[in-house]
Amino acid sequence: MSLAAVDIPASDAGILPDRDYAIRADVSKIFYGDFLAVRDSRIGVEKGKITGFIGPSGCGKSTVLRSLNRMNDLIPIFRLEGTVDFMGQDIYAKGVDPVAVRRYIGMVFQQPNPFSMSIYENVAFGLRLNRFKGDMDERVQSALEKAGLWKEVKDKLKQSGLALSGGQQQRLCIARAIATQPSVLLMDEPCSALDPIATRIVEELMLELKQDFSVAIVTHNMQQAVRVADTTAFFSVDISQGGRTGFLVEVGPTKQLFDEPREKLTRDYVSGQFS
Amino acid sequence: MRSSDKGADKAGVITRPPSAGELLANRVFRGAAYGVGAATLLLLAFIIVVIGGEALPAMVREGFGFLGRAVWSPGRGEFGIAAEIWGTLYSSILALIIAGVFGVAIAIFLTQDFLPGKVAVVFRTIIEMLAAIPSVVYGLWGIFVVIPAIRPTANWLHDSFGWFPPFSTSMGGPGLAPAVIVLAIMVLPTVAAISQDALRLIPYKVKEAAYGMGTTRWEAIVKVMLPTASGGIFASLVLGFGRALGETMALAMIIGNANQISWSLFAPANTLAALLASTFPEAGDIERGALMYAAVVLLALTLVVNMLGVLVMQFTSRQTVN
Repeated sequence: MSLAAVDIPASDAGILPDRDYAIRADVSKIFYGDFLAVRDSRIGVEKGKITGFIGPSGCGKSTVLRSLNRMNDLIPIFRLEGTVDFMGQDIYAKGVDPVAVRRYIGMVFQQPNPFSMSIYENVAFGLRLNRFKGDMDERVQSALEKAGLWKEVKDKLKQSGLALSGGQQQRLCIARAIATQPSVLLMDEPCSALDPIATRIVEELMLELKQDFSVAIVTHNMQQAVRVADTTAFFSVDISQGGRTGFLVEVGPTKQLFDEPREKLTRDYVSGQFS
Repeated sequence: MRSSDKGADKAGVITRPPSAGELLANRVFRGAAYGVGAATLLLLAFIIVVIGGEALPAMVREGFGFLGRAVWSPGRGEFGIAAEIWGTLYSSILALIIAGVFGVAIAIFLTQDFLPGKVAVVFRTIIEMLAAIPSVVYGLWGIFVVIPAIRPTANWLHDSFGWFPPFSTSMGGPGLAPAVIVLAIMVLPTVAAISQDALRLIPYKVKEAAYGMGTTRWEAIVKVMLPTASGGIFASLVLGFGRALGETMALAMIIGNANQISWSLFAPANTLAALLASTFPEAGDIERGALMYAAVVLLALTLVVNMLGVLVMQFTSRQTVN
């Protein structure tokens, strides 16, 4: 049907020459075993901006996001063809240790996943991991402040992180991720397990975080992309080859992508024609 | 009444309340379940009452001094189980240390993606089969394999480091060391199985969080997985300890049944369970009373340890499930 006839967008669509990128990904193919999960997606994460990834389920937006800090390497049958450039280095080049990559590029997940330890130790985890020698208390406090959680937890830092509410747990995970000051923060549907109020708090938080971090966020909620993302990337699914292969359709300033999309696929999606 | 088949007004066409028979079956089943549950409790109470009753005269006669004396002399009518309490705790703690180290290591090895899934299942089954070997077979193995195998090393240790209390005697035959080795192997499946469950219970998202922070596999295991599973691992150690305390036949065969308190690993010793097994068949009335007293002590020890293990397990599983 219509999906089969899609033209692959021009290869430069995802990365514009006049922008400053923290990460430039040129993914030609991502496989899980024999299954082609994603193809032909060039996408950048702009410095000090929020880049939103949207698209129907199965379009590979999470897969692409998780390829940006090599989280997908946890899956043994994962394979990527292409390059992901971070600070002038291809993180998929031979000899690059995925562990090191993940220390520079932080991640927040769909489900809040604090460790079964105190609130303080959760935030200090990455600092200890990186053998941070400075003032631990001060770093923990500033990370919790940036995550908007300090006022709520400052009197119970020794309590288990699991005793917090879902929204607080997610902000704790954000504090844990930013305590080590990674340059890029990847967020994989960070609000999908949260109620609307907690979602709003985390969204406001993201807008503050972009002053210090380059953020990429996957969301299944188009309104969320409109509210937080400076740039939005739309992915779709190609079922023409019998499989379900995701690919990047279009990237643009969020307002333009939603108001005057260049591609018909994008227009159909953002106007609610299909999901 | 065809019209009532469609529309909102079709109550009673297919749905109906449960019949009297179904309600009766439900009631009978519930009663039977309560009955069986109560019978188990009654049985436990019955055992405690019978043993306690048989032990009562000895408890009155011997008092608490029974726990502090290291004699067992039916001829003179003097009884005390200090040596057996010592031997029980000493052998169980040492066995637990060995089984704990190996059991937790095996649990990590089998749950943290070191092996392909099928190999891990085979490995796990083999370790669980250790629990199916009868105690008396372990005893025979201890006598004919373990004792001869460790005697040269034991005697070398005694000759070279005899000043160190655990090596302070030479090894003639049965004794604490072979008992500890056999006991450790017998306890290993308990520790390994429950530790594996604890590690496997950790949700994938926790592992993801650890790797997402940039941990190496070693750091993920030591800094995240083990602390997260610590409650279950602790419970596995407590339950393993309970098993070690009560283990009877193999120990009666290889510990040497000697009524003495010694730090030496190579000296013969005795445990409460081994004392009961080896002394009961030829005991007279007064000695039987004393043995019953010893049985009460053993029962109390194992019950307390097991209950502690179950409590810890419940408490921590409630925490990690959240």
